[in-house]
Amino acid sequence: MDLIKNVYQKEKLEQKPTRDGYGEGLVELGKKNPNIVVLGADLTASTRCDWFQKEFPDRFIEVGIAEQNLVGVAVGLSLVGKVPFASTYAVFCPGRNWDQIRISVAYNEANVKLTGAHAGVSVGEDGATHQGLEDIAIARCLPNMTVIAPCDMIETKKATIAAGEMVGPAYLRFAREATPVFTTDQTPFKIGRAEIFREGKDVALIACGPTVHEALVAANELEKEGISAAVVNNHTIKPMDEKTIIEIAQKTGAVVTAEDHQVMGGMGSAVCEVLSKNHPVPIEMIGVLDRFGESGKPDELMEVFGLTAKYIKEAVKKVLNRK
Amino acid sequence: MNEKELEQKANAIRKDIIEMLMEAKSGHSAGPLGMADVFTALYFGGVVKYDAKKPDWEERDMVVLSNAHICPVWYATLAHAGFFPKKELKTLRKLGSNLQGHPYRQSVPGIESSGGSLGQGLSIACGMAYAFYKMDKKNNWVWCLTSDGEHDEGQIWEAAMFAGKYKLFNLTQIMDRNNIQIDGYTEDVMPLEPLKERYESFGWHVLEVDGHNIEEIIDACQKSKTIFEKPTLIIAHTIPGKGVDFMEWQYSWHGKTPCAEEGQKALKCLRTLDGKIKSEDE
Repeated sequence: MDLIKNVYQKEKLEQKPTRDGYGEGLVELGKKNPNIVVLGADLTASTRCDWFQKEFPDRFIEVGIAEQNLVGVAVGLSLVGKVPFASTYAVFCPGRNWDQIRISVAYNEANVKLTGAHAGVSVGEDGATHQGLEDIAIARCLPNMTVIAPCDMIETKKATIAAGEMVGPAYLRFAREATPVFTTDQTPFKIGRAEIFREGKDVALIACGPTVHEALVAANELEKEGISAAVVNNHTIKPMDEKTIIEIAQKTGAVVTAEDHQVMGGMGSAVCEVLSKNHPVPIEMIGVLDRFGESGKPDELMEVFGLTAKYIKEAVKKVLNRK
Repeated sequence: MNEKELEQKANAIRKDIIEMLMEAKSGHSAGPLGMADVFTALYFGGVVKYDAKKPDWEERDMVVLSNAHICPVWYATLAHAGFFPKKELKTLRKLGSNLQGHPYRQSVPGIESSGGSLGQGLSIACGMAYAFYKMDKKNNWVWCLTSDGEHDEGQIWEAAMFAGKYKLFNLTQIMDRNNIQIDGYTEDVMPLEPLKERYESFGWHVLEVDGHNIEEIIDACQKSKTIFEKPTLIIAHTIPGKGVDFMEWQYSWHGKTPCAEEGQKALKCLRTLDGKIKSEDE
């Protein structure tokens, strides 16, 4: 797989927030397609929409702190041919305005792109209220909705552009804090296709978002202990690439899922839904265990919630004992 | 259509509503009957620009029904306007029907946006009006129908603020001011007045009409198209259940459907224009 050199040495990697990829992706999309419109809800700079706003002021709409109206206006724009991106934090969209998303966006099959920034624990110090840990669960249960959690800044840019080019409702989640940039412009990305970032035969680590890198680090360390771990970047949670997930489970016979989200209803749950029906194998799940977040530095919280490579390795050992 | 023809059209739509509800055995009665005159004005009084044979016509106006539960009146009106065959009306709410309990845009020509959860339509109408006026410089008008009761929802006021800020003059909202909602009279459930002053303070132009005077409704709609740099709200004062004496003003008929006997009584009421035409009894 075409990943950056030194991918396993976290300290040598450049760190960039995934939302920067969103900002860059929007500008690129805006240049290609005059129908791209971006809506902000008083969080324009921190969602990086200001980059688009500066380039295309006539195609940026400020709606104020009004997430329900944010989505409704976006739907209206889409129904007359625009391709709107509605941007705020994940706790507010899809959190605050879920019914609007359910009816106005999903039931309507409106070509609206919803983006949740500051998802996961990476918003750190702001604490529980601002840490979006349930967004994947509430977005993926909606019919017609595509759900994407890109793994780094470069992949976020690709995901943003791909979402703008597909037709239909989509939700993209981003983190706040800078995370390692480990994919390259050449790393393949296609909505609905999971990428095997590392081959392995004993266990498969299936991750999304910034935890993909933690999974890679874990796999590299496990190799030294004689355990061969595959790593799958499962960025599209819906529609999930069932074929790749089933094949890797068949090949390895054990799975560990990892995500920066509640275990309940998240990406790992979606993997379990696929495997329990098609190819049941022992599974361990890394994620937030039915609790709210709290204030702290993002890396401290990753530790408190057990989301780092260290905990993924422990889960691997557990799952291998169950094989 | 002249005034008399318009009134006859509204009455025919009311009869269809009663027959649809009797056949469906569920659905809302009071709201659809109360809005039959407004829908007649919009589609047969030269207000809404549409081509029933080309529902996707680029020049068409947009109609968004925010209080989507009154859709039987919209379905009946669209069928009368030629968007789909009238015989389809009897399929309302049945399995596999294009006429879902609340409107689904993919199955009914002429319906631009699905709906059913109150308070959402005005935001959608704002998005359409913004695109036409601020971005594409097009003349398509946006007509958004709302209810008084759904003004309990916060989202309506978010949208009202938005339309005021961006001076969406190409948006006309028509509010069904029938004073009832499921739990009772609107002013008892959650007082909405003074609606006119509230909207004016949000930057809207407000007109009030007798929602059963079709000429007055048409005039107000045309007037709303002359208002400079402001969205317009037309408060249409209506009688819920209009045309059927035992339903009028009764909030208990908001979400209720007539049984066979009540339906026949209602149809008779509509045929005789509430007893004014005596020939039937002779």
